[in-house]
Amino acid sequence: MIEFRSVTKEFPDGTVAVRDFSLVIPSRRITVLVGSSGSGKTTILRMINRMVDPTSGVIEIDGNDVSTLEPVKLRRSIGYVMQNSGLLPHRKVADNIATVPLLRGVKRKDARVRALELMDAVGLDRSLADRYPSQLSGGQQQRVGVARGLAVDPNILLLDEPFGAVDPLVRAELQQELLRLQHDLDKTVVFVTHDIDEAFLLGHQVVIFKKGGLVAQVGTPQEILADPADEFVAKFIGADRGKRALRVRSEAGRDVLVDSEGRAAGVLVTDDDEAGAVAAASGASAQGDQPR
Amino acid sequence: MNGWSDAFNWLLDPTNWSGPGGIPARTEEHLVYTLVTLVVACIIALPIGLAVGHTGKGRGVAVQFSGALRALPTLGVLLLLATWLGLGFGPPLVAMVLLALPPLIAGAYAGVEAVDRQTIDAARSIGMTGWQVLFKVELPLALPIIIGGVRSACLQVIATWTVAAYLPLGGLGRYIYDGYAVQNYAEMLGGSIVVIILALVADGVFAIVQRLVVPRGVVLGRASDVRVRQSRSLVGTSGSTTAG
Ligand SMILES: Nc1ncnc2c1ncn2[C@@H]1O[C@H](COP(=O)(O)OP(=O)(O)O)[C@@H](O)[C@H]1O
Ligand SMILES: [Mg+2]
Repeated sequence: MIEFRSVTKEFPDGTVAVRDFSLVIPSRRITVLVGSSGSGKTTILRMINRMVDPTSGVIEIDGNDVSTLEPVKLRRSIGYVMQNSGLLPHRKVADNIATVPLLRGVKRKDARVRALELMDAVGLDRSLADRYPSQLSGGQQQRVGVARGLAVDPNILLLDEPFGAVDPLVRAELQQELLRLQHDLDKTVVFVTHDIDEAFLLGHQVVIFKKGGLVAQVGTPQEILADPADEFVAKFIGADRGKRALRVRSEAGRDVLVDSEGRAAGVLVTDDDEAGAVAAASGASAQGDQPR
Repeated sequence: MNGWSDAFNWLLDPTNWSGPGGIPARTEEHLVYTLVTLVVACIIALPIGLAVGHTGKGRGVAVQFSGALRALPTLGVLLLLATWLGLGFGPPLVAMVLLALPPLIAGAYAGVEAVDRQTIDAARSIGMTGWQVLFKVELPLALPIIIGGVRSACLQVIATWTVAAYLPLGGLGRYIYDGYAVQNYAEMLGGSIVVIILALVADGVFAIVQRLVVPRGVVLGRASDVRVRQSRSLVGTSGSTTAG
């Protein structure tokens, strides 16, 4: 569990990126921080691994105040993935993945074996192990980034808009991979994005930000959709338009759901097959991401 | 005017190719002076330049210091130090090191500054210490530009040691001063040609080194912008010729 208690971050130039922020990030769940650019998401994420130190307030990981932990050691115990992969351009894929284990003194051979296993885990062909990052596509680079983040077998994985720069099809694929990985590996994931669809797809808990690091609403996607806290949230999640504003229309004696443009989105089913309905809904929203 | 043919005759004369005053011996002296200068200057300049580039602090001071050093008239410093400190190798060495510092410092901090900030930030985020970032990320990626600094320092040092032969010292400059003393223009011109050739060869060697130290992942990145297939075959052929 990661806990923020009244955390404020003011940068030396006077910018207050985060103001009196409190949040509990549950273990073994995906928490998504979503908000427009400049709302303080990256700053919050970087305070967890002490890349940024708060001006005031406390951040605890499993009850330990991070300000008492040594930054290098802390960072090596937390996976970190960023938008532009941040891979070392002069190192091969396998060496990039093995960077931290090698720094920790793992033998080269063992580190490579582990790196190849991680490539399997994130869906990268082993033949890419001796390529350089510049020889990979954007999506492949992000997979390497995720593999590197997992290389130290961290309990916590921080991802800062990791799929922001890849094309929509690949993004949808990477999102599914991340869900599968989190399901298999049981990591505590903190995921930053500005894409509300991505947030609702991935997040068990979603935190919506306004400018200046102010929290607009915290909840599960269902809770937020069912009861947007205010006008801002309603607008941000698009509850009033597009594929989220569904209405019932009777068609050949059956209730069909249509979106605000009148396109068919699905059918209403009874409570008995609720499980099926949930699956159908999540499938629809995954497809809905693609044309963006 | 047959100055050129006289000079070539002087260059080809076997008697000028042997003994302590011969072209090989003088070239060796010149090279040793240059090498010692570069080593001493690198020991001083590279830590300063790398520190400035790594920390981002002291850049203004470094620029001003380099500018001030560049503005010094080397010949004046040479004579001044010789009068102060006496004859021998030491005083001109100090002057030559001062001459070599600006391009070396500039190369080091410019090289580190040119490394992508995101790459450095990522290296820190995954838990590299400051020293690890410097030696495992910044230094390898900055090396081509650092070598570029050594390259221009080397050229200046080779040229200026020729002048310092006046003090008197050995090296290829001897031919110019000794030839002048006895009005032997063929020797003066011949000596100058050897200096020029030495400078060109040194420059060529550094040009090659500069290309070799570009990390392979970076070279391939450029190639793959044009054509991925081609860069793939590069992996197989260039093998272990360059450091990773
Ligand atoms: N190192 C810094 N120095 C000064 N201001 C910063 C720094 N990092 C971020 N900021 C500012 O803090 C605010 C929040 O930035 P950030 O956390 O990156 O937001 P987000 O990730 O949501 O786009 C922005 O106004 C940004 O300009
Ligand atoms: Mg950000």
